[in-house]
Amino acid sequence: MSISIKNCDLFYGDFHALKGIGRDEGMEISENKVTAFIGPSGCGKSTFIRVFNRMNDLIQNCKITGEITIDGQNIYEKSTDITQLRKNVGMVFQKPNPFPMSIYDNIAFAPRTYGIKKRAQLDEIVERSLRQAALWDEVSDRLKKSALGLSGGQQQRLCIARTLAAEPKIILMDEPTSALDPISTGTIEDLIRELKKTYTIVIVTHNMQQATRISDKTAFFLMGEVIEYDKTRQIFSNPKDKRTENYVTGRFG
Amino acid sequence: MPARADYRKKLQNILDNLVIMCRHAEDICEQSVAAFVARDLELAQNVKKIEKTIDKLERKIEKASLRLLVMEHPVASDFHEISVALKIVIDLERIGDQAKDIAKITAQLTDAPVPESIKQMGVIVIHMLKDAVRSYVNRDLELARLLDKTDDKVDAIFDIIMNELAAAIQKNPENSKNALQLIMVAKYLERIGDHAVNIGERVEKLIQGKI
Repeated sequence: MSISIKNCDLFYGDFHALKGIGRDEGMEISENKVTAFIGPSGCGKSTFIRVFNRMNDLIQNCKITGEITIDGQNIYEKSTDITQLRKNVGMVFQKPNPFPMSIYDNIAFAPRTYGIKKRAQLDEIVERSLRQAALWDEVSDRLKKSALGLSGGQQQRLCIARTLAAEPKIILMDEPTSALDPISTGTIEDLIRELKKTYTIVIVTHNMQQATRISDKTAFFLMGEVIEYDKTRQIFSNPKDKRTENYVTGRFG
Repeated sequence: MPARADYRKKLQNILDNLVIMCRHAEDICEQSVAAFVARDLELAQNVKKIEKTIDKLERKIEKASLRLLVMEHPVASDFHEISVALKIVIDLERIGDQAKDIAKITAQLTDAPVPESIKQMGVIVIHMLKDAVRSYVNRDLELARLLDKTDDKVDAIFDIIMNELAAAIQKNPENSKNALQLIMVAKYLERIGDHAVNIGERVEKLIQGKI
């Protein structure tokens, strides 16, 4: 599934947090690609990523205008089934946040919520999700043990597996490796490359090298605006806008 | 205050050293050709000293650039600056070698007159190198692109020299060693012209931000 954004503005009360994103030609987030959002803290990256699964609805005084279309439907229309939207658009956060329950129950949580009761079917989903998240070999012998006993990197892959179990089409990742060591980061990056064959991935990252390593396209945000959105190779080798150049080369911090 | 002050300082230092190396390359060519034309052995000796300075600068710039790539991961225009610096130093170092080789031959030549065509070639090649350096320092795309055309002239003159000297060898076989050495000098000059063209091409890529 691709995402299409037209003229998106977002306000937290009086604060204009996102300004006219996709205002002229619109902004397309392509299917089966990794799209990275980069920019200084407070520039609107995380706010924007949360627009795609309507997480901002949970914030008081948050107002969004414009069109966000996923799979041909404007997700801000009243008829939108938010539960279905969040099933289609999964999310992984900065800090691994496994539920305080077993590895198995973490993964089975979403399918159970969506009504799957049969043991065999749940077993199959748990195994498939853990395999897709490159975690199965490490945990297959301790599925009934608490997820909290896993290492940070394993917990994050568990969270990815938990997201996959809901069978989403799009996965949003908000700095998914910022709390992890380089080895775990490398494993997750390999995983992201693998997952993009099946899913559309949007990732917020402060790690420029990570953006260059795993993303196909990159959007540079500054003070609530998308300054430049292009192929990652272009953004990091020959950006068109001086502000992008200054940011990626570290001329301003 | 701009971020990454230490990184910026290191990057600037590399680029400053590259400009210094460019100036030495211009110097070595001028002195080498002047020594050759005037049979000035003292000047030819000085060429060897400059060549050593150029070699040292090449190693210094290469080391600092590789270190910056590993430690600081430059991107965008900074990346192109470093990548181009790493290539230009190779051309400059080769220019230094060729100028030194001309100086070496100068010490071995007899008193036979230097053909005007080689003198003319020397003048053009020095100009080419200066234009190449200027195109780098001023980021002058037009000047960088002109180098290729000038190089065609140098190649044409080289062909004339070859024919002249081949005829001279046939006419006067006992002077063939001298003639061959003159051909070598012409060839070194022609190669210096090629390196100037290379520098122009790298400047073009630098300006366009191409990989």
